[in-house]
Amino acid sequence: MSRVLMRGNEAIAEAAIRSGLKCYFCYPITPQGELVEYMAKELPKRGGVFLQAESEVAAINMVYGAAAAGVRTMTSSSSPGISLKQEGISYIAMARLPCVIVNMMRGGPGLGNIAPAQGDYFQATKGGGHGDYHLIVLAPSTVPEAAELVRLAFELSDKYRVPAMILADGMIGQMMEPVELPEPVDPKDIPERPWAVTGAKGRPRNVISSFDLEPEGLREMNLVLQDTYREIERSEVRWEEVETEDAEILLVAYGTMGRIAKTVVRLAREEGLKTGLLRPITLWPFPYEPIRKLAERVKTVLTVELSAGQMWEDVRLAVEGRAETPFYGELGGVVPSPKRILEEVRKYVG
Amino acid sequence: MEKAVIFAGFGGQGILLAGKILARAGMNRGLEVTWLPSYGPEMRGGTANCTVVVADSPIGSPVVDNPEALVAMNAPSLDKFEARVAEDGIVVVNSSLIKRPLKRQDVRSILVPVNDIAMELGNPRVINMVALGALVRALGVVSLEDVQAAMEEELRGKGRDKLIALNREALRRGFSEAEKYVTGDA
Repeated sequence: MSRVLMRGNEAIAEAAIRSGLKCYFCYPITPQGELVEYMAKELPKRGGVFLQAESEVAAINMVYGAAAAGVRTMTSSSSPGISLKQEGISYIAMARLPCVIVNMMRGGPGLGNIAPAQGDYFQATKGGGHGDYHLIVLAPSTVPEAAELVRLAFELSDKYRVPAMILADGMIGQMMEPVELPEPVDPKDIPERPWAVTGAKGRPRNVISSFDLEPEGLREMNLVLQDTYREIERSEVRWEEVETEDAEILLVAYGTMGRIAKTVVRLAREEGLKTGLLRPITLWPFPYEPIRKLAERVKTVLTVELSAGQMWEDVRLAVEGRAETPFYGELGGVVPSPKRILEEVRKYVG
Repeated sequence: MEKAVIFAGFGGQGILLAGKILARAGMNRGLEVTWLPSYGPEMRGGTANCTVVVADSPIGSPVVDNPEALVAMNAPSLDKFEARVAEDGIVVVNSSLIKRPLKRQDVRSILVPVNDIAMELGNPRVINMVALGALVRALGVVSLEDVQAAMEEELRGKGRDKLIALNREALRRGFSEAEKYVTGDA
């Protein structure tokens, strides 16, 4: 299959359209503007609805409606815009509706800037909005992987009726790489939605709601969610390991930092420093177990993030004192080079 | 093989497009490539740069400490990036605008009067292709024909078809301008 040179934002949009996306709702923000542009140009031509809403709050509630009506639907934004969508995401989670949300993270907090950052990890993986819920969170580290994970996000979201998030950053959105795009999905392969509100002619009516005034009833709805989350934790953890077999120090990094860390492993190995990498692909469910196993063997587990130490908390929960767990992070959209991270590695091995 | 190039200059000098064409030429050769733009809030006349990595195996970091080559289209770009070029690396210097010699003794400089050549060709906007042609000759990862074909793919069907012949010639002029600096079979 031929490769196409695409920006991450464009590859995500095209992969979504090929995954049977029918309704896309947005409000523009940098650094994911090309995703909006691509959808505006392509989706209507290919049988879908592109709608730029009056606000982020409106866009996510349109996703809520389209998902309830039973179509594959998506929204995308960047950090401040995703914050605005949190109320709607919480409603969608409780209503058990599938959808895909793309967050091209940028420097924060506040208005921040448009440079790459990973400061939204807590928001993405721990719920984000109110109540006890999770999103399935997928973290691509390259443009081709972003296209691949969009397809997976739709599939997992449909399978479990849990909203899925692509958590990337401005660098993955803006950079170009060759991409092998997924084949367009056969509409017959999209799971049926017997729960959707499609008109109740000839059948009992379906009700989509995130609401129950009776505590017992709401408790039952919550238990269904929790059972689903336990099943996802058992079945859907994904990660990549690089040179972990004989590693004395294990790097843990995701997304943009995950790929930069691959170069760090190569540079460290050239110096004889036995360095490996574990790159979580699902941030929720988090790969606690694989990290725990490696922590039995290594001396150091070094977490590297574009944040003040958010995934670091999950890494420490996984390691539970089996190894030392230092942290290196950059803030405000600063992206460290491989050599800068190598300096950190040298502090703990060799 | 893994080679990184930083293209840097004023906004409006076609820096990002030159990098993209190199990336496309590499991809068409079956190589792995990354193209990483600076996408800050810049304006025309501000600075722009992009980093292109071309490799025969999967690319880790698209962020590069020490690129094998730098294309410096103006003096501020040379000031900013000269120190980072890898030892024995290449610096394509736009000698129409940059009048100072390199500070580094351990890199090869390729002096190309990019703006003057573009003016001779009758269109100042092809400066990026003149510089890219020179880089391609010095770098030796893709051929002149590869990069000409990639340029055609970029321009074709976007209302710029009539500029293809001119850009082909600009690439060729840059390529042959670098000839005298290159020894061996680059």
